[in-house]
Amino acid sequence: MASSSTPKRARGAVDAAAAITKSLSQSADQSLKIRGMIFRSVLLLSMTIALIAIVAIISWALVEGGQRLSWGLLTNNPSSFRPETAGFRPAILGSLQIIAGVIFLIIPLGVGAALYLEQFANRERWYNRIIELNIQNLAGVPSIVFGILGLAFIVRGPLDMGFIAAAGSLTIALLVLPTVILSSREAIRAVPSSLLEGAMALGVTRWQAVWRMVLPAAAPGMLTGVILAVARAIGEAAPLLLVGAATFVTFDPNFWEGGYSALPVMIYQYAGRPQDEFKILAAAGVIVMLGIVVVVNSVAVWLRARYERTW
Amino acid sequence: MSSNSSVRSDRSGAEASLRSQSFRLGERIIIGFLFATAALSVAVTTAIVFSLFIPLPEFFSIVPVGEFFWGTIWAPSFANPSYAVWPIVAGTVQVVMYAMVVAVPLGLASAIYLSEYASKGVRKTIKPILEVLEGIPTVATGLFALYWLRPFIENLTPWLPWESPFSIGVAGIAVGFIIIPLIASVSDDAMRSVPNSLREGAYALGATKMRVAIKVVLPAAISGVVAAFVLGASRAVGETMVVLLVAGGGNPQLVWGFTEASAAMTAFIAARATGEIATGTLDYYTIFAVGSLLFLMTLAMNAIAIRFVNKFREVYD
Repeated sequence: MASSSTPKRARGAVDAAAAITKSLSQSADQSLKIRGMIFRSVLLLSMTIALIAIVAIISWALVEGGQRLSWGLLTNNPSSFRPETAGFRPAILGSLQIIAGVIFLIIPLGVGAALYLEQFANRERWYNRIIELNIQNLAGVPSIVFGILGLAFIVRGPLDMGFIAAAGSLTIALLVLPTVILSSREAIRAVPSSLLEGAMALGVTRWQAVWRMVLPAAAPGMLTGVILAVARAIGEAAPLLLVGAATFVTFDPNFWEGGYSALPVMIYQYAGRPQDEFKILAAAGVIVMLGIVVVVNSVAVWLRARYERTW
Repeated sequence: MSSNSSVRSDRSGAEASLRSQSFRLGERIIIGFLFATAALSVAVTTAIVFSLFIPLPEFFSIVPVGEFFWGTIWAPSFANPSYAVWPIVAGTVQVVMYAMVVAVPLGLASAIYLSEYASKGVRKTIKPILEVLEGIPTVATGLFALYWLRPFIENLTPWLPWESPFSIGVAGIAVGFIIIPLIASVSDDAMRSVPNSLREGAYALGATKMRVAIKVVLPAAISGVVAAFVLGASRAVGETMVVLLVAGGGNPQLVWGFTEASAAMTAFIAARATGEIATGTLDYYTIFAVGSLLFLMTLAMNAIAIRFVNKFREVYD
């Protein structure tokens, strides 16, 4: 009696268990799927918020400052009384002079240091390790601290250059130098060592191989790094506040003497005034500055696309 | 990494043989010049340290050390002046706090999406766009925060006491947006270098994509993610223009509150140093005292971040 009913009952129990597990796992599947989708949407939303911030900053400047866009904005002198016709001429010229000085300094210094660290430095030596660690740390020092360096060491102190555009230029160059070195090192590292080894196997010296083979191959990457540093240098205002760019200048600056101003500093000064016209003027200045940054960055992107090689 | 080190050892052998064969003065000079350019960065650091620290004895001969660190009032122009750095540090702490509240969730979520969910094409377009956000001059972000973001948040939260024209909370939020790309890209790098075998193992055990992201990839990349947070915080500590424009750099007071005006360390220095200040005044020395503290704070944070990154590299390289 029992023996005949047991298989039946057992089969029924197995079926029931299977059905329960199936329904359980299905509903679990459903809820997991929904949770996964919610998670994914939250991630996507977060990233979209960050992207919207970019659009918002740029479009705010365009909407607010767009009405003031004219050639006068570039060619007129600044004014504290007539914001309707005031322009950014000395600030733009000052920024261009500063940038020219920065480029002149960071190309040899950045490339030289990167070449040394990647190709000639023996990492076993303590001083080379210190240099490397030091550059990493220097890249994280706040820009305003470089401003203090500029004030105490370049404008006054040992170099005693005074509040001139050259001092501002040197300060900004030192500020962006670590990032240039780091990006140049990346560019050199991307060049396969077979190039260098092949050249050296043919009997050239290490320097000849580096100069003729490695440097040309790494040049586009290095140039991209330099240009990105220049783009950053254009917008840098904080250190310049400390080294004299904050004076209100209404004449064309001279690199080696006299007061100077820079575009981001001028924008900051206009922003501090209560009247609405100055707010519009500052926004228009932001458009000019962003325009320059975009042009410079596009050059970097174009260079990267045009000359980038994968080995 | 490993190929690099093998090249290095090959090269040291080549160098030894070169040295024995010929002596090229010109190349020695060139390599000496290259060494000098690399060593310049050490000179810059030394110059920074000297610039910051040399005026300190002068400052602390006038202001007692205890008052500087442990006092609560910054009142330089009073008859009985008091110079306590704490109100300024509190400003920085608040900016960093609000910035991290914004940047940590948004940055980390973006990183998880980029590394675990996004297709190659999406990543290739999004990453450069995020870099654009990092490249926007901070003056522009500051203006936007001052003239658009502040009224926007003011309308959203009418119950807050919006009295001062400045707001430390809005400044912190704006700084948060500036550091999102940094946090996102460093965490994304960390999560992408987690070996795929870990993900595949979890999938084989039946884990969903979300579980893999949260329970496998994130813990495996945690030191890199922490490094990203510390780097972001350090960047927020050093941010000047947004804080100066939105939170003000004027007389610092010890206040805690989203809508208060308060000078952070960077903004304090910038506001104090704007224009030509007379050398040798106490006002001039305060720049260096606050600057030294700022320098040491960011140095410590960066050292921690570098250590975390190296630890991460050791595990998976």
